[in-house]
Amino acid sequence: MSLLQIDQLNLAIHGTPILRDVSFHLDAGQIVGVIGESGSGKSMTAYSVMQLLPEGSTTTGAIRLNGDNLLDLSEEQMCALRGDELGMVFQEPMTALNPVKSIGDQVAETVRIHRKASRAESLRIARETLDRVELPADRFPLSRFPHELSGGQRQRVVIAMAIALRPKVLIADEPTTALDVTTQAQILKLLRRLVREDNMALMLISHDLAVVSDLADEIVIMKSGTVVETGSAKTLFQSMTHPYTKKLFEASSHVPDRAEAESRTAAPLLKVSHVSRDYALPRTSLFAPPPKFRAVNDVSFQIQQGESLGLVGESGCGKSTLTRAILGLEEVQEGTILIDGVPVFSGHQVRRDIRQKMQVVFQDPYGSFNPRHRVARLVCEPFHLLDRPPRGAARAEAVAEALESVGLDEADGRKYIHEFSGGQRQRIAIARALIIKPKLIVLDEAVSALDVSIRAQILDLLADLSDRFGLTYLFISHDLSVVRSITDRVLVMKAGQIVEEGRTDAVFDNPQHAYTQSLIAAAPRLPDRQEQKEVSQ
Amino acid sequence: MAVSDPSLSEPGLLRQVLRSRSLIIGVVLSALFIGAALVSYVWTPFDAETMNIPNKLKPPNLVHWFGTDHFGRDIFSMIMVGARTSIAVALIAVGIGMLLGVPLGLASAARRGSWLDELIMRGNDLVFAFPALLIAIMITAVFGPSAVNAIIAIGIFNIPVFARLTRGSALSLWTRDYVLSARVAGKGALRISVEHILPNITNLLIVQGTIQFSLGILAEAGLSYVGLGAQPPIPSWGRMLADSQTLITLAPHMALFPGFAILLTVLGLNLMGDGLRDLLDPRLRNARR
Repeated sequence: MSLLQIDQLNLAIHGTPILRDVSFHLDAGQIVGVIGESGSGKSMTAYSVMQLLPEGSTTTGAIRLNGDNLLDLSEEQMCALRGDELGMVFQEPMTALNPVKSIGDQVAETVRIHRKASRAESLRIARETLDRVELPADRFPLSRFPHELSGGQRQRVVIAMAIALRPKVLIADEPTTALDVTTQAQILKLLRRLVREDNMALMLISHDLAVVSDLADEIVIMKSGTVVETGSAKTLFQSMTHPYTKKLFEASSHVPDRAEAESRTAAPLLKVSHVSRDYALPRTSLFAPPPKFRAVNDVSFQIQQGESLGLVGESGCGKSTLTRAILGLEEVQEGTILIDGVPVFSGHQVRRDIRQKMQVVFQDPYGSFNPRHRVARLVCEPFHLLDRPPRGAARAEAVAEALESVGLDEADGRKYIHEFSGGQRQRIAIARALIIKPKLIVLDEAVSALDVSIRAQILDLLADLSDRFGLTYLFISHDLSVVRSITDRVLVMKAGQIVEEGRTDAVFDNPQHAYTQSLIAAAPRLPDRQEQKEVSQ
Repeated sequence: MAVSDPSLSEPGLLRQVLRSRSLIIGVVLSALFIGAALVSYVWTPFDAETMNIPNKLKPPNLVHWFGTDHFGRDIFSMIMVGARTSIAVALIAVGIGMLLGVPLGLASAARRGSWLDELIMRGNDLVFAFPALLIAIMITAVFGPSAVNAIIAIGIFNIPVFARLTRGSALSLWTRDYVLSARVAGKGALRISVEHILPNITNLLIVQGTIQFSLGILAEAGLSYVGLGAQPPIPSWGRMLADSQTLITLAPHMALFPGFAILLTVLGLNLMGDGLRDLLDPRLRNARR
């Protein structure tokens, strides 16, 4: 019999069905990957196991741990199981830790609650556990506070809290989604080691097919509250009996069709030369000048008209600062940024004719729009840059054209933004960028927050728009596979400097700089497509 | 995912209002008092300013529901007309606070970290350092006591309250992506403040306005009590309390009714403010469920 057996689980919240007939099982020492897009119910399955469901939930079916049905247990009995037999790791390491308690106390807390251990004893176990998650005592004493740690280190503390009592089942809900690729690789490696050492069962929930296929023994694919396919990781990707699995797989490695970039004109559209940007840090003494942090350090590059350039780097590498400088939102201290040969900043102002040439699409489809305006008004915002913005019928026509070019309807302009899904919102963001027909569009992690199938559609749309309107893209992302699929040239940025630059294929196939090599090595990979094609034929 | 999506099972607005007990009590109490003030323009049981000495200090009875005062005036009528004074003073004072405080807060947030921001916020600190009553006494010492001066004094005290609230919430909105894209669209700080910041903080301002309104009523009563507010013969709750002081053993109803009027009004407005905040702030709405 399996260690954790989920049997015909049905879940409804306030009468709305969320899960239908979900069944799968975990054995000791096994890693089961649960894959699905947002709204597929994968997190709700995890919360059902932990019995941490929102109010108004009703469940039927059974979740058996060692034969006991968890659905029959009282809240008190569940409290005894949580943290002891069942551990859980959440997505966001920044908010999963209490900022005013030291990491030692937080790990020890679990031990003290369940084992009734003394303070000294529980701190000893906390120390051991932190050692196990590779946070050694000399660099990470128990007295450290969460704000002193990086995102990856915090996630290690969260894992330590979950495994302190050597639970039988560990549930990790998108444990690496908020982390950089190199950190992600380390955390995944750590999880795999812990599973082997403790003979734990790990339920790894992710939207990222590549992450799961690298690590899992068994794979469960979920869609709108049901399990569509299960199977061992080795065979599932080769057989792929369910069409949704196939679709998910193809979307994950989607490469949009793009016309070959036109022959280069002589003058670059955007020319960045020797740009540096310092930020003042808090003063260390009253009289000395405050120390500086150099976010961007002597960066130079250019983009030709019609080209698509990728800018890759991990968080904190300075790519956001650089973006804001290019967009004219922040001035730089050194160097020049030229658009069509004209500097972005003249005096301390940005001229309107410069702003007309560039627009931006941000990452978060939920935060990019004023919730109190209708879509038509939101899309029209850049008209502010025109000397004679169109009015009346001409304006309505421009809105309709922009919405239609991103695959939406004229009628959508009369709706409010909360009526749209994430993918549709990102289309609206693109429509807003397109409406004044700019030359350069800066895509700041524009597809990072989207589900794979939506992401594939947006990438297609971007490729199509660039062919139709001759757009130039500056594509900023931490996601290597996306950058690879849509850019002609790529820049790799680290600690404020560009460490490698070249044609995208060349950089990916034959990276020169050690950092680029480590980035590419760390990126999780899907099983070989070639192999999969042969089987399906 | 599904947990953080409140739109999934959002009950109607009316049902939410009905579910919030404090909001209902608050609205009923406030409506009662505003209604009394409005009705007093067309009808009061007796004229609030006509003295009738032979009829003085009558306890509550069927003719004079709340009794009469030491000049024989009908207390029920005086409370109705007094509500008018309280509303006018508190409303205009909150209006002054909003009209000056909100733009100052928006300007301060738009130019955060600049000398302008410093100037506005330190000015705020300066006003905050003086209690409202002290400002009122200072003003009346110079210009003489009147309802207008009470309004100005309470209004000045309201400015920093709204300026701080506006600045604080505007600062967090300035980091939103939609504000960034408005900046990319070349919009200036003024336009962004008016188009993007202000509409998104109106909820907060309404709630704070309600609470400041009740504080304004309290302040007006306090000022009238020490003789710095509306001048006789205009009825005012604070002065009714002051008048009753020497007769408290002889005619306790003279103190009780204006006292309860102040208490219930302030309570009602505060409950309404709290209820509105719960209703308008989605985070609190979810927490309450």
